[in-house]
Amino acid sequence: MSLQAFLMVSAVLFCIGLYGALARANVISVLMSIELMFNAVNIVLVAFGRYIAPQALQDSLSSVLTGQVFVVFVITVAAAEIALGLGIVLALYRSNNSINLTEIMRLKH
Amino acid sequence: MMQDIVFWGISVIVVVAAIGVVTVRDLFRSALLLAVVFVGVAGYFFLLSAEFLAVVQILIYVGAISILFIFAIMLTTDIQRGNMPNRLQVIAVLIPCILLSALIVTVYTSQWVYIPDSNKAAVSILQTRAVGNITDQEFELSEVTSEIERETIRNSGIANLLTGKYVLAFEAVSVTLLAALVGSLALARGRRPQ
Repeated sequence: MSLQAFLMVSAVLFCIGLYGALARANVISVLMSIELMFNAVNIVLVAFGRYIAPQALQDSLSSVLTGQVFVVFVITVAAAEIALGLGIVLALYRSNNSINLTEIMRLKH
Repeated sequence: MMQDIVFWGISVIVVVAAIGVVTVRDLFRSALLLAVVFVGVAGYFFLLSAEFLAVVQILIYVGAISILFIFAIMLTTDIQRGNMPNRLQVIAVLIPCILLSALIVTVYTSQWVYIPDSNKAAVSILQTRAVGNITDQEFELSEVTSEIERETIRNSGIANLLTGKYVLAFEAVSVTLLAALVGSLALARGRRPQ
């Protein structure tokens, strides 16, 4: 269970999420893929905080918690993004009767 | 050894469930698989001794965000068509593959500077107990012996960073959350009938 193992798993998770965000036609599915990518990034942040010595470790011991604090921020922003995104999805469904990205092309014309 | 077995077990579950999330046609099933991925990531946080984050992950991701997704799916999806792929399949496979190979090369060719052994005990107890008070008994069990170091550990934690060094970011995130909440309420409410 080394740092490299955690980085590899989160790289795989991120790429799966990226594939999903690019390849799916459904808005909700794209949002779920974005959540996968957020989680991959969170794993990397915590793993770096656990294994890698920040330069600031010499000044204060509490800087080893920086990674965890950043994850708190990421989780908060992800929650805000999902609440807003699903609100938009509901509004889209009301006006277009579809949440398929290939059919919603209002900006094109 | 035990930790390695748990790690690889979680990894297999997480990767298989993540592939399921992006390939399964039934959206409802893919939302349930997403919850499995979230639980697996919480397991990673436990392994990385970030217990506070593991609990937060389960509460917020599994408890709130998955449920929100399932609500949205039930309110919107036309079940007959399910989760269609779009027309960008080639690019959508190509870009993640290129990115993945670049990441693998980077991970294995970089020189990482690890935490020195002299700090390991202090770092370990600080990360595991990032919130809450650490009792003297817990200090006796750990390898932190000097009273000065113990005092430093008692005075640091996630709360200290959030209200000290990162207080501006903390406030910005709070305002963002409030704005998103009000915005999603306004969006979901729709137009009032005349």
